Formats: sequence, C-alpha cells, structure tokens
Amino acid sequence: MNEPAPLTEAVALRRARPNFGWGLGLVVPVGLAIGWELLVGAGLVNGRLLPPPSKVFVTLLHLAAKGELATHIWATLVRVALGFLFGVLSGTLIGALAGYSSWARRLLDPMLQALRAIPSIAWVPLFILWFGIFETSKVILIAVGVFFPIYLALSGAIRSVDRKLVEVGRIFRFSAGEMVWRILLPAILPSYVIALRAGLGLGWMFVVAAEFMGASEGLGFLLVDGQMTGQAQTVMASIVVFAILGKFTDWLLSAGTDRFLGWQDSFKPNL
Amino acid sequence: MLEISGLAKRYPNGHLALSGIELAVPPGEILGVVGGSGCGKSTLLRLVAGLEAPTEGFVAINGVRVDRPRPEIGFVFQEPRLMPWLTIDQNVSFGIRHLPKAERQSRVGEALARVGLADFAGHWPRELSGGMAQRVALARALVGRPQVLLLDEPFSALDALTRTDLQEHLLDLWAYDRPTMLLVTHDIEEALALSDRIAVMEPAPGRLRVTVHPPLPRPRDRVSLEFQEWKQHLLTELHHSLRASRQGDERFPAAAI
Repeated sequence: MNEPAPLTEAVALRRARPNFGWGLGLVVPVGLAIGWELLVGAGLVNGRLLPPPSKVFVTLLHLAAKGELATHIWATLVRVALGFLFGVLSGTLIGALAGYSSWARRLLDPMLQALRAIPSIAWVPLFILWFGIFETSKVILIAVGVFFPIYLALSGAIRSVDRKLVEVGRIFRFSAGEMVWRILLPAILPSYVIALRAGLGLGWMFVVAAEFMGASEGLGFLLVDGQMTGQAQTVMASIVVFAILGKFTDWLLSAGTDRFLGWQDSFKPNL
Repeated sequence: MLEISGLAKRYPNGHLALSGIELAVPPGEILGVVGGSGCGKSTLLRLVAGLEAPTEGFVAINGVRVDRPRPEIGFVFQEPRLMPWLTIDQNVSFGIRHLPKAERQSRVGEALARVGLADFAGHWPRELSGGMAQRVALARALVGRPQVLLLDEPFSALDALTRTDLQEHLLDLWAYDRPTMLLVTHDIEEALALSDRIAVMEPAPGRLRVTVHPPLPRPRDRVSLEFQEWKQHLLTELHHSLRASRQGDERFPAAAI
C-alpha cells in the first residue's frame, strides 16, 4: 500500500513547477509583432513591403466581411482533406503490405524509393496533362506528398516490431488477426501518428504548390493574387491563415491520438 | 505427464542444436535443466513450448503431441516481455482473453494478489522495477492455470537479492496448482534450491549428460553442508560438460555462434 506514494509525489512535484501552460509559446511571436507594429507606427521603418500586424488584421477583416476568406479557406481545406485522405489510405495500404510481406517489399520498395527521389513539384506538368487543371490534379499532387512519409514510416515500423512480443502472442495462440490487432497495431501506433503529422504538414505544403498552378480560389490563390496586385498585406494575411490552420489541424491530430499513446516510456523533459 | 522422446533439432544453417533427448516428467515435478551457454537448453524449452518444430522425435503432453503452442503450457521468458501499451491487469488477462469478463477480472485479481502486486493493477509496465515486471510475467503465465510451466532463465537478469526472493516466491506460486515445471537455468544454486530433479546438459550437439535426484529436504537450506556438496558435484559435472564442448567447438567451429 505504501509503494505507490513516491509515484504520486513525483507527479505532484512536476505539477508544482510553473510552466505557464501553452502561453509560453506565444511570448516570442507576440513580442515580435508588437515590436514591428511600434517600429512602423513610429515611422522608423516603411511598412509597405512588411505590413504591420494591424494592417494584416484589417485586411483579414475585409476579406472576411466580403465572404471571400471563407471561400478561400474552404477551397483549400477541401483540397488538403481529400489529398490527405487518399495519401493516408494508399500509404497505409502499401506501407502495411511492404512491411508485412518481404515479397511485396522486394517487389515495390525499389520503385517507390526511386519515385520518392523525384521532387514532387516535378509531377505538376504531367498531372495537368493527365488530370486537367482543376481539382483532380491538385488533390493527386497533395496525395503524392502525403503518401511517402506514411509509406516509409509504416513499412519501417512494422519491420521493427519486437520479435519477442510477437512470440508472447504465439505462446498465447493468437490468430493472425489478433496478432495484428493486439500486438502489431499498438506497437506501430507511435511511429504511425508521427508519420500522419509529417504527412499532414506536407499536405499543407503541397496545397500551395497545387494552387500556384492555376486556381481561382483558395489560400494559395490569395498568395499569388496579393503578389500580382502588389499587396503585401494580402500575402501576409494568407500566410497567417496557413499558419493557424496548419497548427490547428496538427493539434487536432495529436490531441485525437494522445489518449492511445499515454503508455509510452519516453523522454519527458520537465525544465 | 510430459514426455520427450528422441528429440533432435537441426537449424536450417546445418547447426545441430539438440540431439537424442529423452525425458519423462511426471505431473507436479520441478525439473531443473542446467548447462553452459550454447548447450541447447533454450532450444529444448522452445521445442517443448511448440514455438519450434523438432527435426526428429517428439514432445507429448498427456499423450498429445505438441506441434504448436498449447493452452496446457505456460511460458516465462528471460525478460518480462510485457506489452508496454497495456496496464498490468490487461497484461495478465492476455492469456485468458477467451473467458467471460467477470471470470477474467476475478482470475486476474487473484493472480496479481498471489504475486503481491494487487495494488499495481492499473499501472503501466514502465512504472515497475525489473523484479516486479517479472512477477507480472509469472502471473500472466499462471493465470491460465497451465499444467506445465516452462521457465527460460527467468531470473537471470535480476540482481542477486531480488533473484533469491523470486525463487522462493516461485515455489509459493507452484504450491497453488502444482504444475509441472521445467526450469532452464545456468545458475546451479537456483536449480538446487528449486528442483526435484536436475538434468545437466552438454553442448555440441546439445544432449543430456546426466540426470540427478538430490535427496535434499524442503525447504532447501542453501547454506547446509549437503546443499554445498551437491553444488560442488553439479559444478564438476558442468565443468566436464564444458570441456566436452571445447572439443566440440573444434569439430563445429560455427556452432559457437
């Protein structure tokens, strides 16, 4: 009965240390923004090429009031979501296959590694020729970007599952399905979640490339539009929205998966 | 009754790990298997467990051939091998997943209480010491009430104090259902403290050198003269077996791996 005590003490100690929650992460960006605002306000620098936060904020409000902002965000979100979905599905399927069967690995891996070496932007002309200028080619480009980190991480993770744990499953006469569900899946989950997050990051990267190649709406279009019309504040506004959306979707993903990964015996810095 | 007859194992690389093993272990007996490294004692245990198939001969339990892992057989590995993503009680219930939930819970609670870890049911494996984790592994192996419990150097990774403590604890656990136990170890004192009978193996190829039946009273007194004499006797046997192995190494240089 006495033994669990030191454990709760350790937890209490960790909690007692002030960590300011997530607010700490805001200090530097907010400080920089206020500093820039003050410099421009005092007339010390010209805010035309790097507009101060207030001007970017006003631009965002304008775009929102006209309803344009929602249209652009929606268009981009749909592209990322679809591309991410297809990228994850194909990466998971083929990654699982290549991890589970060495025959499939020998068949597919060399080709996929070669394809991976191609900068994905290089596909753009071909995708436009094949799938046209509209949504299909954009979604496919994003899916290609998402595919590779998922494929790589998953096939690698399956192959590095501890043989000793699999043997425990054999002793308890697990069927193939139980082996996957009770041992392989939980064992690969940490690397899979990291791969999902890396894939999502690449999805956001590729949506910009996709929207550069000709779109009439979307945040990437807003970027190009701001450049064409010489409005740095429009470019900044869409960059800010990208940052917020990217961070928010990444947070969603990690918050949604955290409860499955609480068991990990990993390095937890508390300074 | 555990029966091992004409058992031999040759690995695909040609290495003969085990040859001509004959053993009959009556129900409830604790059989210690000692030998130097590379004498095939772990291979023997893996064959009995049905984890690997013999090249010749067979293993039978109550007349039924063992050709794959069986519910009558429990296994404790050298390491605890707990699933890090399952809590302690979930780990223990791994082996009785087919039982209804209520029965499962009561059996897991009982097993954890027997190994003295009832308070740790909801903890993660990472929160346990090595000795505690190995006790969980014992609980996991015993919760399905196997007739035969196989132990592959189960305490060799623990410090001396914890090891002695767990050896005594293993005897207490054995007393509940009195399963047949096959204890593979390279620790002669451990074998003498626990076993009714001790088989000494010699390497290259792995075979039984001699089987002894030390008439020591239980509980075993590790500092008694008799105990020490038996220890000396087994050490000598082991020493001879290792000398045989050195000649063996010359005949099969690759076998040392």
